Amino acid sequence: MNLHEYQAKLRFAEFGIPVPRGKVAFNANEAYEIAKELGGVTVVKAQVHSGGRGKAGGVKVAKTPDEAREHASKILGMDIKGHTVNKVLIDPGANIKGEIYLAVTNDRAARKPLIMASSEGGMDIEEVNRTAPEKIKRIHINPLIGLRSYQITELASGINLPHDLWKQFEKIALGLYECYAASDATLCEINPLAVVEEYGQTILKALDGKMTIDGNGLGRHPELEALRDTSEEPQEEITARESDLSYVKLDGQIGCMVNGAGLAMATMDMTAHFGEQYGIGPANFLDVGGGADPEQVAAALRIILSDKNVKTILINIFGGITRCDDVARGIITAMNEVPTQLPIIVRLIGTNQEEGLAIINSANLTNMTGAKTLYEAAQKAVEAVRGAK
Amino acid sequence: MAILVDKNTKLVVQGITGKQGRFHAQQMIEYGTNVVGGVRAGKGGEWVLGKPVFDTVKAAREATGANCSIIYVPAEGAADAILEALDAEIELIVCITEGIPIQDMMKVRAILDTSNSRLVGANCPGLLTPGQAKVGIMPGYIATPGPIGVVSKSGTLTYEAVYALTQRGIGQTTCVGIGGDPINGTSFLDVLQMFEEDPNTEKVVLIGEIGGTDEQKAADFIDKHMTKPVVAFIAGQRAPAGKTMGHAGALVEGNVGTAAEKIEKLKSVGVKVAAYPEQIPDLIMQ
Repeated sequence: MNLHEYQAKLRFAEFGIPVPRGKVAFNANEAYEIAKELGGVTVVKAQVHSGGRGKAGGVKVAKTPDEAREHASKILGMDIKGHTVNKVLIDPGANIKGEIYLAVTNDRAARKPLIMASSEGGMDIEEVNRTAPEKIKRIHINPLIGLRSYQITELASGINLPHDLWKQFEKIALGLYECYAASDATLCEINPLAVVEEYGQTILKALDGKMTIDGNGLGRHPELEALRDTSEEPQEEITARESDLSYVKLDGQIGCMVNGAGLAMATMDMTAHFGEQYGIGPANFLDVGGGADPEQVAAALRIILSDKNVKTILINIFGGITRCDDVARGIITAMNEVPTQLPIIVRLIGTNQEEGLAIINSANLTNMTGAKTLYEAAQKAVEAVRGAK
Repeated sequence: MAILVDKNTKLVVQGITGKQGRFHAQQMIEYGTNVVGGVRAGKGGEWVLGKPVFDTVKAAREATGANCSIIYVPAEGAADAILEALDAEIELIVCITEGIPIQDMMKVRAILDTSNSRLVGANCPGLLTPGQAKVGIMPGYIATPGPIGVVSKSGTLTYEAVYALTQRGIGQTTCVGIGGDPINGTSFLDVLQMFEEDPNTEKVVLIGEIGGTDEQKAADFIDKHMTKPVVAFIAGQRAPAGKTMGHAGALVEGNVGTAAEKIEKLKSVGVKVAAYPEQIPDLIMQ
């Protein structure tokens, strides 16, 4: 789960990291009031779960409160890579002398936390990684003992940070690691960690922040779960999460219902394999779980049917421990609860598959067709969509 | 011959009194696996399915000589269950549980690296050596003894591949589900090496998916160290970047971990990559 910039910075502040004292506005007048209260130059920043906000025109400097109102009215409602902006952060302007990149993340390959710093802050770090990887200093952290002072020294000297900033840098790096560890985060990123002149002093300040939380860790952080912003999520994904179903919305026409994540991905791939040449593909990823019991199947059907792009449904179930005849009865029960006239292709394989297919066939649902293989099922689903066009 | 589990495996079930643990313990016993007992704190001294229940893994090990443990404990307690089994020096630990926080797994990994135990999983379907032992949740009847080693990140996709092989009369030495979490105990590399060394395994099926670089590393290993042919399938060719596809680890980050990248890398070292799971037996027979 991603946090917004303003949420991440508030969380960082709890761990002693200096952040600007900005506030969030939901309309242009609020933006004006906040800018007036802050005084001086402000920055109006779109709060959306998307990168590239600056390039899209979602970040603007305002010299006066009136200008802040003007920028906010333009940015609010703006579409950035498919995300609609419905709030802006108004931060005080800063006298920036330099920009550093600092992040803690999980290094999947090394199976350890990783802290990274670069003197090339402010830029897209993936771009720096492509063009000048030597400018990113990386240090692995032992999760059992955490980040150590000497490692921060290595980091600071590795990016040629002036000595007079080391003490501040150490406090911020330790705070960021603590924040990461205490939040079940998969990413805590400050970009830029700016060198700013304030009241005649040089200080380090987190001008932008990004945090991603491990979905599996959210259960023990209700305070972070409460920060979830569903306004940018497709309704289907919200409903799926509430029904404990694993669902990702895609833009095709074949609604897929499958048991198991790997098989669900393979099913998506297969529909695209046959349908691509006709502009036909999967409408979603959906894993109904191992058992595929009637309640889950019904919930899944409701979600698939709420997507108006769906023209055909493909059900692909491997009956392992569960028997296909039980699954077939579950599907029929669910069909009665959630009636639809869309063509439905059902492929059942595994324990009692013949009995299962017999149940599907004898239910006399004219819109339902059985299939023996994934190959056949995907082909039939693509044909059904083409027929419906 | 087989790898990891066989008829000499003495299995203890952590979480045997829970709904899942009890159900699958029964399935494993029916398959012929030598289940020697179960563990559930507070239920020591009771009996489940005719097997003794112990309060701790240590007690179970001392009383039964168990050399393998399987974990059906819910996610919040699963990392603890793995650590307990490690502390009891169980040689092979299989964790079925899905949803363990990644930072917990990093800590488990750090301790695992200093121990002599092996962990398979978490978030995996476990192990099946046809005709000898089933340590996990794979449906036993889909497999039959034979010369193919199967290693996979996915549950149902493994069943799909194994079932397709069995129906064509091609049996398996051992089917290993390494799981779909970003950080796990046993990697493709570990299992490929075991299959390479196992005299009864003639060919290997590898089933991967999007996310991370395990399949790319496997390709390097196959190139440098394997003499046996490998057939692969990679799921998630149409998965969008930045979205977790069911498995916590099935996530394309930026441009890292795409199916296209993995397929290309595997093909470049001579691995035959199936376009869909049902094609795997065809490629194995070639």
